[in-house]
Amino acid sequence: MKGKKALALPYVVWSIAFVLIPLALVLFFSFTDKEGNFTFENILKIGKYSSIFVKSINLAVIATLICFLIGYPLAYIISRSREHVQRNMLLLIMLPMWMNFLLRTYGWMTLLENEGIINKLLSLIGLGPFQMINTQGAVVLGMVYNYLPFMVLPLYSILVKIDKSIIEAAQDLGANGFKVLIRILLPMSLPGIISGVTMVFVPSVSTFIISRMLGGGSNMLIGDLIETQFLGGNYNPYLGSALSLVLMVVMLLIMAVMNSLEEDDMEGMLV
Amino acid sequence: MKTIGKRLYLGLCFLFLYAPIAILIIFSFIESKNRATFTGFTFKWYQALFHNDLIMRSLWNTLLVAVTASILATLFGTIAAVGISGMRKRMRSAMMNVTYLPVINPEIITGISTMLLFVYLKEVLHLELGFFTVLIAHITFCLPYVILNVLPKLRQMDPSLYEAALDLGCGPFKAFIKVVVPEILPGIASGFLMSFTFSLDDFIITYFTSGSSFSTLPVTIYSMTRMKINPQINALSTLMFLFVLVLLLLMNIRKKGHQSTARRRA
Repeated sequence: MKGKKALALPYVVWSIAFVLIPLALVLFFSFTDKEGNFTFENILKIGKYSSIFVKSINLAVIATLICFLIGYPLAYIISRSREHVQRNMLLLIMLPMWMNFLLRTYGWMTLLENEGIINKLLSLIGLGPFQMINTQGAVVLGMVYNYLPFMVLPLYSILVKIDKSIIEAAQDLGANGFKVLIRILLPMSLPGIISGVTMVFVPSVSTFIISRMLGGGSNMLIGDLIETQFLGGNYNPYLGSALSLVLMVVMLLIMAVMNSLEEDDMEGMLV
Repeated sequence: MKTIGKRLYLGLCFLFLYAPIAILIIFSFIESKNRATFTGFTFKWYQALFHNDLIMRSLWNTLLVAVTASILATLFGTIAAVGISGMRKRMRSAMMNVTYLPVINPEIITGISTMLLFVYLKEVLHLELGFFTVLIAHITFCLPYVILNVLPKLRQMDPSLYEAALDLGCGPFKAFIKVVVPEILPGIASGFLMSFTFSLDDFIITYFTSGSSFSTLPVTIYSMTRMKINPQINALSTLMFLFVLVLLLLMNIRKKGHQSTARRRA
């Protein structure tokens, strides 16, 4: 089938034009000032915003951890149910994902408000009102809520493949529930854990909607900072690009670490 | 005892997943605008929604972009996948890395980088941000999903089928349509469906590439939520939830039908 690869040519051109050139522009703008001269100023300015970077990574790590702690038992229970129950529960988990995430997050705004349902219910039993909206906790909750399915689905698809007899064999050989989890389930589901963690962490660390809708003005994350450079009042694509570049480098480093974890494990399994 | 614990846990998880949706649905039928009091049952938010020109126009824009972008991305991506599968290993892995870029990059980066290009093009070619820039951006983020769905199907296919068709007198185009396409159709279909739903649902990339005069439904929803209280959003959420629910149920029933006919045949 000679000449087939010529069919990819339009796609190659398209990718260069709309994927690679835009990324090259980010790189270019990062090192350019308003007059178009080469500068390190944008990158150096980022030091000022390091606390926002730390906060974004911090909240995203917490959200990812909570997603894992909620999602792992959930995925395990689903994977050990009867087949038609499995299918129905997966549908129930995916259904909210099909609704736009702005609407779902808006739903949480309604629940968490000072005059909202949760505070109303708490006041009936004589508690509160608590300040829930516009806090860091609300931002983490929004991340967990929106990205929990991204954790459950890869975990489920790997847990469902683990043969029941392996777990039973471990139990027969005297392993208790905790040992089965640590020695059998977790190592065997590592690829699912890695893809789940990546799929929750990446959108969490770069979000700007959730932090704005549930965190109010005081919980600015790196995504918000980038967004305001491009669509806010003070248009500054130079600083915005530099921030994006740093975000991209941080992400690539984290993903490289995650991938190496997986490869190490594969080698370990072969030896 | 153990099953009770399991059920309780599942119940709590689903309560967590559905509580905000349930609240939106309940409030879409309640008359008072401040969400503090429950007063009276009403359909007025639904009426207001259907008379809201901005929402209706955005809905139309969303559908127009999603249909066009997913069809074009599917055609374009399928051809690209055939081309990529014919490449030599080094070229192919380079191409696959480029294909993965929009998938693994945070959406905000894809959004701002494409915006930088379009702002530059606006100065050079006077191409205003609007329908076409959104369409280009959507095709770009849909293409990887089509390619990643079609490529495995091409790999599974026996290449001698295509060669046999050529030997039996088919032209390359006819052989492709008659022999290759039916073999890879499941991949094309799931690529198309993923493209369509991602395009329909996309907010972040559209937000950065749409400019001020063009807006899709998610962008309009975002600007509505900035004003905090607007019960029309509740009505809209309810309708969208119903739509998705019906769609999923229909798909599920169809799948069940397929399975039972398959069983009968067996």
